[in-house]
Amino acid sequence: MSNQIIQGILLGGYYALIACGLSFMFSVMRIINLAHGSLAVVAAYALWFLASRFHVSPFLGLLIVLPVMAVIGWALQRFLLERSARGGALLPILTTFGLAIVIDNMLFEQFGANTRSLAPYIGSLSYDSWEWPGSIYVGKLAVIMFATAVILLGGLQLFLTRTGLGRSIRATSEDPDTAGLVGVDARRANTIAAAIALVTVGLAGAFLGMRGTFDPYAGAPQLLFAFEAAVIGGAGSLWGTLIGGIVLALAQTLGAQVHPQGFLIGGHAAFLVVLFVRLSASGLGLRGLLRLPSRIAS
Amino acid sequence: MSTASSSPVIERGTAASRIAAIAVAVIIALLAIAPQFLSAGAVDRMTALFIYVILAAMWNALAGLGGLVSVGQQVFFGLGAYFAIRLADVGLNPFLALFASGIIVGAVSWPLSLFMLRLRNGEFAIGMWVIAALTHLLVNLDRLVQGETGTSLISLNVYDGSIRRVTIYWLALASMTALLTVLFGLLRGSTGAAIRAIRDNEDAAASVGVRVTGTKRLLFVLAAFGIGIAGALWLATSITFQPKTYFNVQWTAYMIFMVLVGGIGTFEGAILGALVFFLIETWFGGAGVWYLIGLGATAVLFSLFLPRGLWGTIEERFGLHLLPVGYRVRLPADISDGDTTPSPQQATTHREKA
Repeated sequence: MSNQIIQGILLGGYYALIACGLSFMFSVMRIINLAHGSLAVVAAYALWFLASRFHVSPFLGLLIVLPVMAVIGWALQRFLLERSARGGALLPILTTFGLAIVIDNMLFEQFGANTRSLAPYIGSLSYDSWEWPGSIYVGKLAVIMFATAVILLGGLQLFLTRTGLGRSIRATSEDPDTAGLVGVDARRANTIAAAIALVTVGLAGAFLGMRGTFDPYAGAPQLLFAFEAAVIGGAGSLWGTLIGGIVLALAQTLGAQVHPQGFLIGGHAAFLVVLFVRLSASGLGLRGLLRLPSRIAS
Repeated sequence: MSTASSSPVIERGTAASRIAAIAVAVIIALLAIAPQFLSAGAVDRMTALFIYVILAAMWNALAGLGGLVSVGQQVFFGLGAYFAIRLADVGLNPFLALFASGIIVGAVSWPLSLFMLRLRNGEFAIGMWVIAALTHLLVNLDRLVQGETGTSLISLNVYDGSIRRVTIYWLALASMTALLTVLFGLLRGSTGAAIRAIRDNEDAAASVGVRVTGTKRLLFVLAAFGIGIAGALWLATSITFQPKTYFNVQWTAYMIFMVLVGGIGTFEGAILGALVFFLIETWFGGAGVWYLIGLGATAVLFSLFLPRGLWGTIEERFGLHLLPVGYRVRLPADISDGDTTPSPQQATTHREKA
């Protein structure tokens, strides 16, 4: 059992990776990007394409894919989100949902229905494991994934608190108009935030492909995992996202123990329980489940 | 200047809308007798169209009027079909089961609304998607459904094929007409004023005493009920129930497409959107993936460049109201004659929206 708990915790690292971009973008721009999961799958396909066609190792491939993802983030913000956000809070949901449909079906058109994986291209890393005391085997990849999540979250935290750019992004997320008054270029802050968010999405996509298989329609479940981890983690800090990811993964592990089909049910149920508790605890209803409060990182 | 001519006139319709009302009655009557003249395939397609109109109108009620964008409405579509299967399995007449199922779906949505309506915007949208995913998984656990293998509404097979087809056609037509009438009645009544107030500014509406949550809940339950009926009707036309097909997010994608293209928040827009979708599906449905890419891209383009949709744009440009749900204040011509306002019609019809 302790073995499963450790596996669950490490899997939580993946959920934290995919969730942090979603909650970061939401806390800065108040937009939930429904194409979030589909974009992670795009990154996974890009790495797979580089590996299978040009024999580029997925880790090296990230050097190409991550900058591309940043550009996609920039373009997404400039051409889609910025424009649709002017039409109110509901329009970006519709725009990004439409985008997700386009992406999923384009991937299907291009790569077909076959499931793909990056595992064959990362050598023994996909199955190597370390033996820990108590005959517990932990996959090297799972540990790398978890470590990446910790480093990424820590790096984001440092960036937001210690750099001028990070402060201007935080100011924009607090109140774009007032931030504008004191000379923060909200438009620039939003665009940079979107680019950063998409880089994290690219990383998440890489691990999605390395730890298992993906297909053109794998984006929707990833979006739900990201959303659930972000909501469970709550509005504490970026570290909450890591805790949210771990809770989600543990709930799934527990669900799988109870029933063969219980993996996903366990995760969704845990999400709803947390949601219910948080809604009951806050009398007036929540202003925003994902919103980082002003005391983030202070 | 007599008092009679100088006081503004409050109107609830226009000449165009009175003609439209007659036209609607004629169209429904024609549709009711249409199966006599249509081929079996055409009857099936028309049934599908009625179901699309229901889906569009219900999603529009939720999103366009209640401001609740959900990407999980397939949960009610799937549950509508699932409960119909369940009820028919315990011996209820399959046709009755379709409507009983809709009522159960509506009943289920009420407690769900207590919970979900406290989420906002995007959180509500994905929250509903999670609910749909979870419900799909739970329905799969039912032994009757046999996981993704699915099952069938076998008890419909006792009816002769042609009788069954026409009966389902009429049931779909009747459901569509009834649901649209209820929605129209709601919008024209005092609830309609509340709905418009909430849509324009939720906080302001609450501050003048509009029951925001109650009104939203009404729309949520109505939409669940209507989409449940639509799911049950779809089951009746296709007989087989595979959870994956019914709980597919594509249903919500269709609803969003229809409403965005037709005109979000307008009563006529949803119907127009369903018609457009029906035609596109008829012509390009065979194009497979490219058809879906086209639908998604069209939805994105409309939300970016024509967020009011086709009907919203027509309404704005021509002041045309075929099925008016609001009030129009018409100033007598002699007052505005010397005024800067070009014409009383234009001056008064502008901000009235359905």
